[in-house]
Amino acid sequence: MTDASLVRTGLRADRVSRRTDGRLILDGVVLAPETGSTVGVLGPNGSGKSTLLRLLAGLLTPTAGVVTLDGTPLGDLPRRTVARRLAVVEQQSDTQVELTVADVVRLGRVPHRRAWNPASADDERAVRAALERTGLADRAGRRWHTLSGGERQRVQIARALAQEPRELLLDEPTNHLDIHHQLDLLALVTELPVTAVVALHDLNLAAMYCDQVVVLSGGRVVAAGAPGEVLTEGLIAEVYGVRAAVSREGSEGRPHVRFLGTLG
Amino acid sequence: MSVRDLPEVAGPAAGARPRRGAGLALGAAGAVALVASLAVAITIGPADIRVGDVWSVVAAHLGLGSSDLTPIRDGIVWQLRLPRTLLAAVCGAGLAVCGAVLQSLLRNPLADPFVLGVSSGASTGAVLVVVLGVGGGAVSVSAGAFAGALVSFALVLLLSHTLGGTTDLVVLAGVAAMQLFSALTSFVVMTAADAETTRGVLFWLLGSLGGAGWTDVWLCLAALAVALVVCLSYGRTLDAFAFGQDAAAALGVSVARTRLVLLCVTALLTAALVSSAGAIGFVGLVLPHATRALTGPGHVRLLPVTALAGAVFLVWVDTLARTVLDPQEVPVGVVTSLIGVPAFVAVLYRTRRAR
Repeated sequence: MTDASLVRTGLRADRVSRRTDGRLILDGVVLAPETGSTVGVLGPNGSGKSTLLRLLAGLLTPTAGVVTLDGTPLGDLPRRTVARRLAVVEQQSDTQVELTVADVVRLGRVPHRRAWNPASADDERAVRAALERTGLADRAGRRWHTLSGGERQRVQIARALAQEPRELLLDEPTNHLDIHHQLDLLALVTELPVTAVVALHDLNLAAMYCDQVVVLSGGRVVAAGAPGEVLTEGLIAEVYGVRAAVSREGSEGRPHVRFLGTLG
Repeated sequence: MSVRDLPEVAGPAAGARPRRGAGLALGAAGAVALVASLAVAITIGPADIRVGDVWSVVAAHLGLGSSDLTPIRDGIVWQLRLPRTLLAAVCGAGLAVCGAVLQSLLRNPLADPFVLGVSSGASTGAVLVVVLGVGGGAVSVSAGAFAGALVSFALVLLLSHTLGGTTDLVVLAGVAAMQLFSALTSFVVMTAADAETTRGVLFWLLGSLGGAGWTDVWLCLAALAVALVVCLSYGRTLDAFAFGQDAAAALGVSVARTRLVLLCVTALLTAALVSSAGAIGFVGLVLPHATRALTGPGHVRLLPVTALAGAVFLVWVDTLARTVLDPQEVPVGVVTSLIGVPAFVAVLYRTRRAR
């Protein structure tokens, strides 16, 4: 990972902290993903992963430090402008509205359209491209309520793509999915032409799909770098309190973590 | 795509959503139905009046010709039935639009125009004027009701804002205000009103278009026009609330501003309608659901169609309310529910089965 102060383009968090009700949730976190890479944000429950993603999305404002997009603080940009650059996929999405897959994907065009204007050719093209890219073109008319959890996440990624973002933020997107859909979803994300920041629980998924990982503990970055360098037995013991054996038998020599038990 | 995803388990061929042409056709059909309903509903009643008479009276008053009706029959059309029927249409349209907007904004299918405590505040205001004589005769019932509605809405905004401002809290604050003002109303009626006044108040609380005059029509129509334009300009923004506030914010929506604008606009429109016609229930809750089944979820199409549907619905319900027990009048709010509940159950039944 490049030093944050050298990166001028793209999304970066520069020593951001966030305090809620007097408690420090994030403490001086630096994150500067390289353009086009996939960065995994790891850490135990309550380590600040979701808060970091919400700061990066501009849904929360940092109490110290700054999040910038191409050098401009997020807070200085209109929300619509941010939403045309940066898309968010939440852990789980639910609605009571009767929507089809195409309806949901069209929501991605909301930041691109002005009130009163009908959908433009650009809008329709972006929606079609997003459906095709996610392999959903044949299911555009399906109703949201009839989809499985894996399909729903895929539709949300299509919606995010319809925003035509350069940065994609995903908060534990694989949480409620079976293993097939977990692999399927992360393979899709890493192939997309975007810079992706993904909060993940599963260390092996992070090892398989992320170019870089950042490990949070108690709101601070305790390690950052390529998965092979970061995911060591020592770090896992220190951060998670878990005994593990790490081997290099994954594809491309990526680490594989086998858990042995909790530490006293 | 993996093999596992292939079997299409989905129900009926989806994508059965009207395109733009179909939306326009739906709107045009609604507009025609509304004009026809207005013209026909005015002719129904004890005095024998034909559709042609209605046209000529309206034309005469607009200076586009003269009518050969007697002054009494002219008065029945122009002073009684026309303003009443128009107010029914405006109330139906306004309540349906407010319901549709609030259901989406608050993400609650049970939301209706009265969820913000407006109607309860209005009834307290009205009761204070009618029963206790607050204002010493200088304040009309409508003005008292309007003031009460605004006080109640202000309380809801203040409560939900100090508690944190999320949509769930708005609904909770609305429920709290509703309970408070209903209790106040009951307290005043039980302690201070005689039987005759109580009956009058109860009639007003259940909703009645009997006292409709041209002032009511113009005030409510103006409020409806403003609210409709504002809500339509937020149509796509409302679509973005389908997956919640955070999802809307991530799509570039200014959630706090949108919520404040739409809550204020719908509360003001509801306050104006309730002050003129009482708390007519059911229209704002059910018409939006029924219309969504026709138009799909997009608000740019849903809001105008639901306005037309609400207008047509209330015109006919009010016609029924004033004729079915003639010469006695049934409160229109009672009839909306008596007719509306079976209709709603039928709609629910059909849409659930179609899943």
